[in-house]
Amino acid sequence: MLEINNLHVKLEEDDKVILKGVNLTVEAGKVHAIMGPNGSGKSTLSYVLSGRDGYEVTDGSATLDGVELLEMEPEERAAAGLFLAFQYPVEIPGVGNMTFLRTAVNAQRKARGQEEMSAGEFLKVVREKAKALKIDAEMMKRPVNVGFSGGEKKRNEILQMAMLEPKMCILDETDSGLDVDAMKLVADGVNALRDAGRAFLVITHYQRLLDHIKPDVVHIMADGRIVKTGGPELALEVENNGYADILAEVL
Amino acid sequence: MAMDAEDQIELREGVDRETIETVQAMAGKYKHGWETEIETEYAPKGLNEDIVRLISEKNGEPQWMLDWRLAAFRRWQQMEEPRWAMLSYPEIDYQDQYYYAKPKSMAQKPKSLDEVDPKLLATYEKLGIPLKEQMLLAGVEGSDEPRKVAVDAVFDSVSVGTTFKEELKKAGVIFCSISEAIREYPELVQKYLGSVVPQSDNFFATLNSAVFSDGSFVYVPEGVRCPMELSTYFRINAENTGQFERTLIVADKGAYVSYLEGCTAPKRDTHQLHAAVVEIVILDDAEVKYSTVQNWYPGDENGKGGIYNFVTKRADCRGPRAKVMWTQVETGSAITWKYPSCILRGEGSQGEFYSIAIANNAQQADTGTKMVHLGKNTKSRIVSKGISAGRAQNTYRGLVSMHPKATNSRNYTQCDSLLIGDKCGAHTVPYIEVKNNSSRVEHEATTSKVDDDQLFYCRSRGMDEEEAVALVVNGFCKEVLQALPMEFAMEAQSLVAISLEGSVG
Ligand SMILES: Nc1ncnc2c1ncn2[C@@H]1O[C@H](COP(=O)(O)OP(=O)(O)O)[C@@H](O)[C@H]1O
Ligand SMILES: [Mg+2]
Repeated sequence: MLEINNLHVKLEEDDKVILKGVNLTVEAGKVHAIMGPNGSGKSTLSYVLSGRDGYEVTDGSATLDGVELLEMEPEERAAAGLFLAFQYPVEIPGVGNMTFLRTAVNAQRKARGQEEMSAGEFLKVVREKAKALKIDAEMMKRPVNVGFSGGEKKRNEILQMAMLEPKMCILDETDSGLDVDAMKLVADGVNALRDAGRAFLVITHYQRLLDHIKPDVVHIMADGRIVKTGGPELALEVENNGYADILAEVL
Repeated sequence: MAMDAEDQIELREGVDRETIETVQAMAGKYKHGWETEIETEYAPKGLNEDIVRLISEKNGEPQWMLDWRLAAFRRWQQMEEPRWAMLSYPEIDYQDQYYYAKPKSMAQKPKSLDEVDPKLLATYEKLGIPLKEQMLLAGVEGSDEPRKVAVDAVFDSVSVGTTFKEELKKAGVIFCSISEAIREYPELVQKYLGSVVPQSDNFFATLNSAVFSDGSFVYVPEGVRCPMELSTYFRINAENTGQFERTLIVADKGAYVSYLEGCTAPKRDTHQLHAAVVEIVILDDAEVKYSTVQNWYPGDENGKGGIYNFVTKRADCRGPRAKVMWTQVETGSAITWKYPSCILRGEGSQGEFYSIAIANNAQQADTGTKMVHLGKNTKSRIVSKGISAGRAQNTYRGLVSMHPKATNSRNYTQCDSLLIGDKCGAHTVPYIEVKNNSSRVEHEATTSKVDDDQLFYCRSRGMDEEEAVALVVNGFCKEVLQALPMEFAMEAQSLVAISLEGSVG
């Protein structure tokens, strides 16, 4: 589904190179986890895949179902089925959460040549999905992420994901800052979306999220590269011993 | 205490290039720039006493009205155009334009809307203004209650017709063109005309007093709640012609009315002058809401053409507990010079001003309000949202004045500017005078730019750049959009999008 080949990325404004040849293939129906020390380039990878400004791809490619992602506008990538749950969800004052969600859903439908969802139908679906994430009506009326607690922001990201039904979901440290209950909600939200046509790339520091969202493959990223790939046991190894051993072994 | 602060913020670097380019690409999206092909009768070009007489004669006015106009005209000849606003434009040649233009088909005043020239009716239909007496479906989420809106349609210098007149009359409400009011209700007009904005008030108001050709008149009698929203829709069509309309609204004791005003004009390469006066008289316990969506042609992206909009609007809360609320969405015009004001004379009277001013490309806006607290326990609130894009300059200019007798009075001002791109400017010029010890004035101001992270967040959810900017900017304007009546809120929201797609993206 997602295929990243030899991806090299540097910052646009200076010559700092952040990704130094990332290779990664995520198959449909699978959950891949990426772990790695702070500053290793995990967020950068997720931003570059979703089309944020400020980065320059100097080499390599990334395709979604065979279509080159890196040439597309961010909204085209979204319409093609890519979704990023932000590590730091952005506040938009004055824009109701519900309005935002509806605008997003309809924008994607329009881009795919589908009809807009009627207000009634939309409300019905949102209510159901919000309920599962314990997001109440009041939170849907509040401006997007403004004054939301850390946990509310992350659950809101998962709600957006559930509404947009992307095929490739990237979650950037969606578990950080969550208490156990909130993490369980988020994990349940993700698990509910797992199916044969959808893949996940879960960026996390902690095994505890992976206890709930069982990964098929675990990658370790360091200094702009995937340095090691293994099964779920790799995450346990990190949990128990930290990165030092793994890094010493590969470098 | 007196404060005369000016803080000017020019935008910094680091702005998303693409945003600016998108905005530029979207310029020229003005929707109402088409023209109605219609035979028009003009007064001779230029301005002199004969023109004033001719306008008065065309309107079939009594002598007192002509005398009033002539007095204004003589006064105007001795006045100088004000230059204190943060606006730069070439000298206006007042002799090089027409002061009266009327469709030939309006030579005989139509007795009812059925007799109005189909071309004129089609014009309003195309603009989306209902000239049939029909229920309006607001089409807004959460409200499918049909509502009625009465319309006075002004085309160039004349009122084409007014809807729901009879139904309003049954409720005791007078709603007609001002020219008709001068003929039919001279006592009311004579009593109130010029009582809020005196003839000699300022250069443009004085000019208007001399040459106003039409406009709307509203009288809501004591204790009456106007049964529907009233509105006037101004359309400039003729080339090289100024529009000078005059609106007079009187809410007698305990009355209530909500009034909406809209305006558009065709795209033209030359500038056109619009100098209007709106006077509102509010007696004891009465309340008036006045909402404007100003969408005059803004000119092209290089500043060619566009309306020069010099407008004087003022409400006089004459009785105790009188209330006025101005809401304006200013998206059009090459130049906007406009300060809807509140005279808070009655004890416990209240004034509110909610404003969105958008300036894109070469547009210049200098707009704000005056809150003049004269009575005890008076309250005022100002919420201003200024948005600048392109090379536009956007100035908020406001006065809050607490007079010695206005004890225990309050003002709250919130003034926010949003910048899109690095060539535009936002300026805030608040004047505050407090001449008693028990009153309090609060002023808050912010300036921000459309944030790249917000845009990326929206786009990563599937919105294109225009939609993302429109959404963020609508969020910025939220408090003001909420103050608008439902009929206007939707229109204003999409207008914000267009002119922010056409004034941002
Ligand atoms: N916009 C930026 N400006 C400067 N440095 C950046 C920027 N984006 C990323 N970096 C740097 O790139 C490296 C990788 O960052 P990031 O992708 O956020 O890592 P991770 O998510 O793995 O913690 C870090 O050294 C970080 O400081
Ligand atoms: Mg990160």
